[in-house]
Amino acid sequence: MAESTMKAPKKRIDPVRWARENLFSSWHNTILTLLVGYLIVTSVGPLLNWVLLDANFQGSDPSDCTGAGACWLFINQRLNFFIYGFYPEEFQWRVDIMFGLLALSFAPQFIERFPGRKWLGLFGLTGLPIVGYFLIPGGLFGLEEVQSSKWGGLMLTLILAYIGIIASLPIGTLLALGRRSEMPIIRGLCVVFIEVWRAVPLITVLFMASVMLPLFLPEGMNFEKLARALIGITLWQSAYMAEVIRGGLQAIPRGQYEAASALGLGYWKKMGLIILPQALKLVIPGIVNTFISLFKDTTLVLIIGLFDILGTVQSTVTDPAWQNVAVEGYVFVAFCFWVFCFGISRYSQNLERKLDTGHRT
Amino acid sequence: MKNAKSIAVGAAMLCGVFTASVASAATTLESVKEKGHLQCGVTSGLPGFSQPDDKGNWTGIDVDTCRAVAAAIFGDAKAVEFTPLTAKERFTALQSGEIDMLSRNTTWTLTRDASLGLNFAGVNYYDGQGFLVNKGIGVDDATQLDGATVCIQAGTTTELNLSDYFRAKGMEYKPIVFDTSEQTVQGFASGRCDVLTSDRSQLAALRSKLSDPDSAKILPNTISKEPLGPVVRQGDDQWFNIVKWVLSVQINAEELGVTSANVDDMLKSDNPNIQRLLGTDGDMGAKLGLPADFGAKAIKQVGNYGEMYDRNVGPDTPLGLERGINALWTEGGVMYAPPVR
Amino acid sequence: MKKQTFDSKPAGPKPWYDPRVRAIFFQVVAIALVFWGGWVLIDNTLSNMESRGISTGFGFLDESAGFGIIMSLVPYDATMSYGRTFWVGLTNTLLVSAMGVVTATILGFIIGVARLSSNWLVAKVSLAYIEVIRNIPLLLQIFFWYFAVLSSLPSPRQSVDVGGAFFLNNRGLYVPEPVTQDGFGLVWGGILAAIAAVIGIRIWAKRRQLATGAIFPTFKVGVGILFLVPIMSYFLAGQPLEWDLPALKGFNFGGGISIIPELAALWIALSLYTASFIAEIVRSGILSVSKGQTEASKALGLPNGLTLRLVVIPQAMRVIIPPLTSQYLNLVKNSSLATAIGYPDLVAVFMGTTLNQTGQAVEVVAITMAVYLTISLLISLFMNIYNRAVAIKER
Repeated sequence: MAESTMKAPKKRIDPVRWARENLFSSWHNTILTLLVGYLIVTSVGPLLNWVLLDANFQGSDPSDCTGAGACWLFINQRLNFFIYGFYPEEFQWRVDIMFGLLALSFAPQFIERFPGRKWLGLFGLTGLPIVGYFLIPGGLFGLEEVQSSKWGGLMLTLILAYIGIIASLPIGTLLALGRRSEMPIIRGLCVVFIEVWRAVPLITVLFMASVMLPLFLPEGMNFEKLARALIGITLWQSAYMAEVIRGGLQAIPRGQYEAASALGLGYWKKMGLIILPQALKLVIPGIVNTFISLFKDTTLVLIIGLFDILGTVQSTVTDPAWQNVAVEGYVFVAFCFWVFCFGISRYSQNLERKLDTGHRT
Repeated sequence: MKNAKSIAVGAAMLCGVFTASVASAATTLESVKEKGHLQCGVTSGLPGFSQPDDKGNWTGIDVDTCRAVAAAIFGDAKAVEFTPLTAKERFTALQSGEIDMLSRNTTWTLTRDASLGLNFAGVNYYDGQGFLVNKGIGVDDATQLDGATVCIQAGTTTELNLSDYFRAKGMEYKPIVFDTSEQTVQGFASGRCDVLTSDRSQLAALRSKLSDPDSAKILPNTISKEPLGPVVRQGDDQWFNIVKWVLSVQINAEELGVTSANVDDMLKSDNPNIQRLLGTDGDMGAKLGLPADFGAKAIKQVGNYGEMYDRNVGPDTPLGLERGINALWTEGGVMYAPPVR
Repeated sequence: MKKQTFDSKPAGPKPWYDPRVRAIFFQVVAIALVFWGGWVLIDNTLSNMESRGISTGFGFLDESAGFGIIMSLVPYDATMSYGRTFWVGLTNTLLVSAMGVVTATILGFIIGVARLSSNWLVAKVSLAYIEVIRNIPLLLQIFFWYFAVLSSLPSPRQSVDVGGAFFLNNRGLYVPEPVTQDGFGLVWGGILAAIAAVIGIRIWAKRRQLATGAIFPTFKVGVGILFLVPIMSYFLAGQPLEWDLPALKGFNFGGGISIIPELAALWIALSLYTASFIAEIVRSGILSVSKGQTEASKALGLPNGLTLRLVVIPQAMRVIIPPLTSQYLNLVKNSSLATAIGYPDLVAVFMGTTLNQTGQAVEVVAITMAVYLTISLLISLFMNIYNRAVAIKER
């Protein structure tokens, strides 16, 4: 990383000299600087006006949007819908608990010396889905049942991405092991599975899962629409996951395999105790990156009629009462995704730097 | 043999899905009763036909058609779950068994009836295709639309009618095809198209969704017949009959003057037609596999056809549609249900 | 104490501990499971389809489609068959993918290099571009370009007019279409002759350089020939080219070449989005070339531009090509989001309208998936061939 190079100890920074070196070092650099600077000045000003200075934050209905700028009170008014979808208001505390637990297990991962950081992370990967499984749909322990057709908004986006990644990890690991297997038929099957899933667009997968899956299953056997979308997403994602993990398996030096075999460990012990722990650690950044792309790809479920966060926004920007709020809606969704994805990718870059101990070729 | 075991477990997990042996084919009615609710495919949002509010409560004439069936089976009009579907998805969803019935302003045509494996169980709205145009383009009649750009929803009969109409008139057009009616309106509102085409009942609703409804008008032309109605899968005649006769009972109820308000009094009626309709004389329900009072339940909870119409699309609703040809045959329309006997 | 006997045959591993036996066993089991699963799946599907009265087979491809499509590279009208709608969709998919690949590559390389620029402002703007664009879902970007930007464009009658030849409005971008007249063959001949001449000069210049060390300005001369010869032949042939200018006819513009907004929105979004990933690939590719290479080439007296062109980029390409391939694949797959804004690509036309009008979901989806699989295999194949060509030749 260019910006991480160590700085020389305490050098007096002379702004003029800095500018001459970094902005005006030659005539074409000067022109470039002036051009880019001009573009920034002319675009940032109006943008700032629209986003903040002329924008409308206060009020309760469309007529309060009088300023020339963005009409943020539209977001304000429909925020509940964007976050929870149709989830009944009186039970939204259940979703809030899940949000809280999610933050509790993953926010500390950004803080180096947080006590019990690893355990919280482990809870996030294993305990959290279990708690969510009981809490969100309800129907047990006296919790009122909430049909999955009522889930929506940001909550649905997170559920799709989270379950997609958790479920695809073990399947992806198996597929990666299969692809590296010495048994030709197993290897062939895994290669075909991985390559086919990676070749087709997620849209076709979702479409198949949402309307055609019941055609493949025995009569009388059916899943809810959300579950079917999840099956599609998981299988699709595990093909990508397999490739990431395979990269890790290949990066483990041969000596490790041989040493494990020399100790007399069988295949599963060798993989489970020696190879996979090292390989998985190596590919955490890769896993995080696939998570980011899956997170963004969950927006596609709106095409099969599920109301994720983009779906809820898309369905409300057409409301005739609010005129032309499409841009505000899209900017809001973009901001939500950006905060999540940028934060996570920063985390993965940090990790990459920490794990990069320099012994890779 | 730990390895073999783990492989076997893995395999069982992967294939567990298929191990459920091909179950003895249960009838739709049985599987609906077992689930405890009716799964009904509707639009993702079309005012007057099927539209969810902020809380996810559905309203509309198509929704009521489903509710009536649920009331007839369970005696509870709320025992319905709605699956919003795009026009593209709807038939696959019904064929695949994801939904038990499709009530999604679907046009009855020969191809759909014969080769899609579907059965149309009647008509709950007689419609026809029309055009909504931007006033700015100065068009008063569809024959002036040569060269127009037309916004249209994917996977509908309208897509085919439009092509036929322009070809027959020797005119050109450019179709812009969207997945949902919301996007179609959004496309029309953004000025992408000169014309939006859909069933006439929809045009009024879609026009009201524009931020400036006065900027657009509906042309007088009707270019097709669009009988809309509930659809079921082929191969289960009992289920087909249930959906068909619940709708027929509602239409007959209007003809006989039975409404949700007076149905309890009508139970004491000595008109044999009403007695058969409400199940106080002869067990019509048993012939369908339903309780004897299925008609009474459906009318009590959902209402007769006229009530359903007035509540959702009638003159007093935002859509403001007159009965027109959807009036009973006794009043100059074509709504005519076979007798309950 | 019993004496150990060595003469008896050593007890080999029991057959179920023998790795080879195990391997065969597992593979037989795997094959059996897959076949069984496949059989159950197909059996279920067939029996479900039969019991539900769904027609099967590919006969529908010959039936008349009966619906219009806004944009088609192959001749199409509503009387043609469903099979033809497949080709319309496929060519439209390929068109937007090809356009996207070209622009995304150019943009991505520019931004990737700019990211490493010595100009602080340029580097930071590129960084901001990358971090913003790649962290926002593509579908959202497509919606933004289509619904938000489109609605701010003027209607056809208030088009943005550039010199009476280019028009921009909410129906798309209209540009003049060149129509070749009689005698244009001479211009084609001129173009071919120019290309041949440039190749010839290049070969000659290389030989001369090897022999004498004298550098011939191939690039400048080549560009000159490529422009001058066709222009001269154009005038010699009596300017056999006319421009079909777009003009307002009825509701819309007619004539000229039009780029419909659906295509434009998809193209812009795909290009910008993919470019942000390509830029990162290019950056890490360039960084992977060791500093010694740059320093050595500078020591040889090569100027910055030549160092980049002759030393750094050829080596960086080895690192760049494999991830670049998967970005191209992603772009092709992402082009299927066309269905959300009504661009008639394969998924929207064939897996959309055609599937719905015929109801034969299994056949249509199978064909669609086969197409994407083929495209992906072809791209991988070409990239592998290229990769082999540029790989380090160890001596």
